[in-house]
Amino acid sequence: MAEKTPVLETRKLGISFGGLKAVNDFNIKIYPGELVGLIGPNGAGKTTVFNLLTGVYAPTEGTVILDGQPLNGKKTYQFVAAGVARTFQNIRLFRNMTVIENVKAAFTKDVGYNLFHASFRTKKFWETEKKLTDKAMELLDICGLADKADVLASSLPYGRQRKLEIARALATDMKLLLLDEPAAGMNPTETAELLECINTIRKRFGVAILLIEHDMSLVMNICQWIQVIDYGQTIASGLPEEIAANPRVIAAYLGE
Amino acid sequence: MKKLGRTGQGYLLNTIIIVLLFTAAQLVTAAFGGEGSFKLVLVPSIWQCCYLMILAASLNLVLGFLGQLSLGHCGFMAVGAYTAALLSLACERAELFKDKEGVVFILVLFACVLAAGILSALIGLLVGIPALRLKGDYLAIITLGFGMIIINIINNLPFCGQDGLALGSAAASLYKNGLGFGTKSKVEFLWAALLVTIISITLMFMFVRSKYGRAIRAIRDDEIAAAASGINTSYYKVLTFAYSAFFAGVAGALYSCTNATLSTSSFAFTNGGILNSTFIVVMVVLGGMGSITGSVAAAVIMFFINYQIKNGSWVDALPAAVQAVFQYPMLVYAIVLIVVIMFRPRGIFGSYEFSLINLKRDLKAALERRAAARSERKEARSNG
Amino acid sequence: MSTFIQTLIVGIRLGSVYALVALGYTMVYGIIRLINFAHGDFIMVGGYTMIFTVPVALALGLPAWAAVAAAAVVCALVGMGTELIAYRPVRKKGSNMTALITAIAMSLFLENLAQAIPAIGPNPKVASQIFAPGGIEIGTVTLEYTTIFTIIISAVVMLLLYWFTQRTRMGRAMRCVAEDKAAATLMGINVNNTILLTFAIGSGLAAVAALMYMAQYPRIYTTMGSLLGLKAFVSAVLGGIGIIPGAVLGGVVIGLVESFTTSYISSSMADTFVFLILIIVLVLKPAGIMGKNVGEKV
Repeated sequence: MAEKTPVLETRKLGISFGGLKAVNDFNIKIYPGELVGLIGPNGAGKTTVFNLLTGVYAPTEGTVILDGQPLNGKKTYQFVAAGVARTFQNIRLFRNMTVIENVKAAFTKDVGYNLFHASFRTKKFWETEKKLTDKAMELLDICGLADKADVLASSLPYGRQRKLEIARALATDMKLLLLDEPAAGMNPTETAELLECINTIRKRFGVAILLIEHDMSLVMNICQWIQVIDYGQTIASGLPEEIAANPRVIAAYLGE
Repeated sequence: MKKLGRTGQGYLLNTIIIVLLFTAAQLVTAAFGGEGSFKLVLVPSIWQCCYLMILAASLNLVLGFLGQLSLGHCGFMAVGAYTAALLSLACERAELFKDKEGVVFILVLFACVLAAGILSALIGLLVGIPALRLKGDYLAIITLGFGMIIINIINNLPFCGQDGLALGSAAASLYKNGLGFGTKSKVEFLWAALLVTIISITLMFMFVRSKYGRAIRAIRDDEIAAAASGINTSYYKVLTFAYSAFFAGVAGALYSCTNATLSTSSFAFTNGGILNSTFIVVMVVLGGMGSITGSVAAAVIMFFINYQIKNGSWVDALPAAVQAVFQYPMLVYAIVLIVVIMFRPRGIFGSYEFSLINLKRDLKAALERRAAARSERKEARSNG
Repeated sequence: MSTFIQTLIVGIRLGSVYALVALGYTMVYGIIRLINFAHGDFIMVGGYTMIFTVPVALALGLPAWAAVAAAAVVCALVGMGTELIAYRPVRKKGSNMTALITAIAMSLFLENLAQAIPAIGPNPKVASQIFAPGGIEIGTVTLEYTTIFTIIISAVVMLLLYWFTQRTRMGRAMRCVAEDKAAATLMGINVNNTILLTFAIGSGLAAVAALMYMAQYPRIYTTMGSLLGLKAFVSAVLGGIGIIPGAVLGGVVIGLVESFTTSYISSSMADTFVFLILIIVLVLKPAGIMGKNVGEKV
C-alpha cells in the first residue's frame, strides 16, 4: 500500500480562531478505497477538520494535499473539483428544491453545455439533461430514494434527508467522501440501512471515506483505521482494536 | 418523426399559443390600428406592460431564484433607457433613418435594444463583482448605493443632463428624432415590443430551467452546501446578476420608446412614481419569488390596478375617503405588500410556474389539496 | 483657510444630525438584525409633529425647541406601532429578506400615508425658526447659534444614550438581547419588551434629529426622511453597525465628506461620494470601521 499515492494527505494542518488553536498539527493519510474513522469527544475539532478539508475554512498552518495536488488558497468548489465531497452534521439540503434537483444541482460543475445551448435548447442540451436525469436516478436508487425523486427535499423524513445528502455528495464524482455524523439521530433500522448504503458506495465507486461518528460500535465495526483527536490534537491513531484499548483515548472520553 | 416527451409537447403547445396570440395581435392592430381607445389607451398600456413584465421577471432572477435582495435594479434600467435613447439620437443625426421609417429604422431599433442590454449587463458585472461578496442586508444596501451612484453619474454626464434628455445637450425630443414613439408609431411597432418581450421572457425561462437555474436556487437555499456540491458560487451569482441587468436594460430600452423625454428622477429609489425599485419588488413578491410566470402575471395585474385606480370611472362612485387614499396608490401597494409578506412570505404563487400543458394536472392537484384540507378541518372540528 | 474652517464646521454640524439618526438605525439593527428603512420616515413624522407643536410651545411661552418633547413621544409611538403591527409578525414567520421587504413597505406606507392625511398633504411646509438667529463672529468665520446648539445637543444625547446602555438595567438588557436572544430569555429578560423599548428610544432620537434638521433646513416634506435616512444608515454601516460609538464616528465622517465634496468638488456629486465611501468600506471591511468580522457557523 505504501507506494500508492494517498487520496488525501495533510501535513501539519492547523487553524486558530483568535488565540484559540482549534486544530493543531493534524496529519492524516487516506489511501484509495479505505474507510477511516475520525473520532473524539464533543468539541474536539472534528467538524473543523472537515471544514479545513473542504476549504470552508482556510488553514492558518499546513497543507491539504488531494491526490498529490496541494490545495492551498483554493475555494470550496475547487476542493470539490479536486475530488472531495462531504455531508453536514446539521443537514444542509436545498430545501425548496425537489430530491432529484438536489442531486442534479451537484452535477453542475460537470455539465458541458453553456448559456447558448440552454437558451436555444439545442440537441446537446436535451442529451445532457437526459443523461443527468438518468445518472441522478441511479444515485437515488443506491440511496433508496428513487421513489421520492419529485418531492421537495424538506418534506423527506430525517433519515432520508441524510441519505439524500450522501446522494448529492456522490453526484460530485469524488474520490474521497467525508461523512459528518451520518448516523446521528437515526434509529437502529435506519442505521443498518445507512451501513448498507455506505457499503454499496464503497463497492460501486471504490471511493475512500472519512467518517465522523459518535456511535462507537458503528465506528469499530466498519472502519479500517481510526484517528482520535481531542482539543484539536491527534491523541491516537491505529486499528480499531488498538484504539479501543488505548488508555489515552479512554481517558479523553471519560473526561479525565 | 421523432417522438416528443412531455416537456417537448409543452414547448410545442406554448410556441403554438404564442404564435397564435402574436398573429392575432397583428390582425387586431391592422383592423383597429388607427382608431379611438385602442390606439390611445390599449396600445400604450401594452407597451408599458411589456417593460414592466421584463423588469419584474429580471428582478425575480436575483430576488426569487438567487435569493438576494437587490435594490438598485432601476439603476440598470436607467442605463438601458439612456443607452437606447442616446444611440437612436446619434443614428438619427448620422442620418441613418428619417421619420421612423424603413428597414434601417427597424434595425436601429433592435440594435438600440441590444446595446441597452449589453451595456447594462456590463455595468451589472462591474457592480456585481464587488457587491456579491456581501450577503443579505449588506447586499441590499450596497446595491442601493450603486443604484444611487448610477443615477447620480447619469445626472452629471454633460450629454444626459439633470433635467432629462430633452433639455440636456442632446437637445432633442425623443418623439421627433429618436426612439420615442407617439401613439401612431406605438401601434405600428407594437409587434416589436411584443417580440422583444416574448424573447426576453423565454430566455429568462430557459435560464432558470437549466443547470444555471438549479445552481442559483441551490445557492439561495444554502450557499455553503452549494459550494460543497462543487458549484462556483461567486461565478453563478455574478453571472445571474449581469444576466438580470441585461434584461433590466432591455426593459429600459422599451421604456425610452414609450417616452418623449427621459429624466433620472423616474428611476430613483426614493420616488413615488410607478417605476421605482420598490414597485418592482412589489410585483415580484406578489407574483411569487421564484416564479417567472408569476412575475409576468403580477406585472400585468399591477399595471391594470394602477391604471384603474388612476383613470377608472368607477373610482368616482366611491366614498370620498377611499378616493383620497386612491390618490396615493403606493399607500395601497405598501399595505398589500405587508399583508402578502405576512401570510405568504414567498409570494402568492410561491415558486409555482403556470404551464398550459400541466394546467389540468395542477388544477386537479390543487382542488384535491383543498378538499383534503377541508375534510381535515371538518374532522378536527367533529373531534372537538 | 476660512473656507476650510467653515466647511469643517458645516461638516460636523451635518455629521451630528447623521449621527443621531444613525444611532436609531444601529440600535434597531443591533437588536433584531433589521435595516429599519422606515426610520428615516420617523424623522418626517417628528418634523410634521413639530410643525403643529412649535406654535403651541411658543404660545405657552416656552422656547421653540421644547416642542421636541411632544414629537419624541409621537415618534416613539409610531416606532413601537411599526414594530408591533408589521415587524414582529413578519419576524416570527419569514426570513431576513422578507423582514427587509416589510421595512421598505413600511417606509413607503408612512410616506404616502402622510401625503394622504389632509392636514399634511403632498406640499412642503415651512418650519418656524427654532434657535435664535445670528451667531458669533470669530475672525472671518461665523459660528451660528444653530450650529452650536446642534452640536451640543447631539453630544449630550449621545453621551446620555451611551450611559444608558452601559450603566442602567434596561440598557444592559438591551445589550443582552442583542447578543443572544435565547440566553436573554433564560436570564428572565422580556425580549419582546426590550425590543419595543429599543424602537421607542431609537424613534425618539429621530424626533431630536428632526429638530436639528429643521433648524438648518426649515422645509418639511413627506419624503424628507428617505435620503437623510439612507445617509444616516451609511454612517451606521461605516462605523460598524450595532456599535453606538461607531454610529457617531460614521455620522461625523459622512457629514465631513459631504460638506467637503460640496464645497471643493461639486454639490451634485456629493451623494456619489457618500455612497462610494459606503461601497469601499463594505468591500474592504464589511463590518465597518469599529466592527468585528463574524463568519458563518458550519
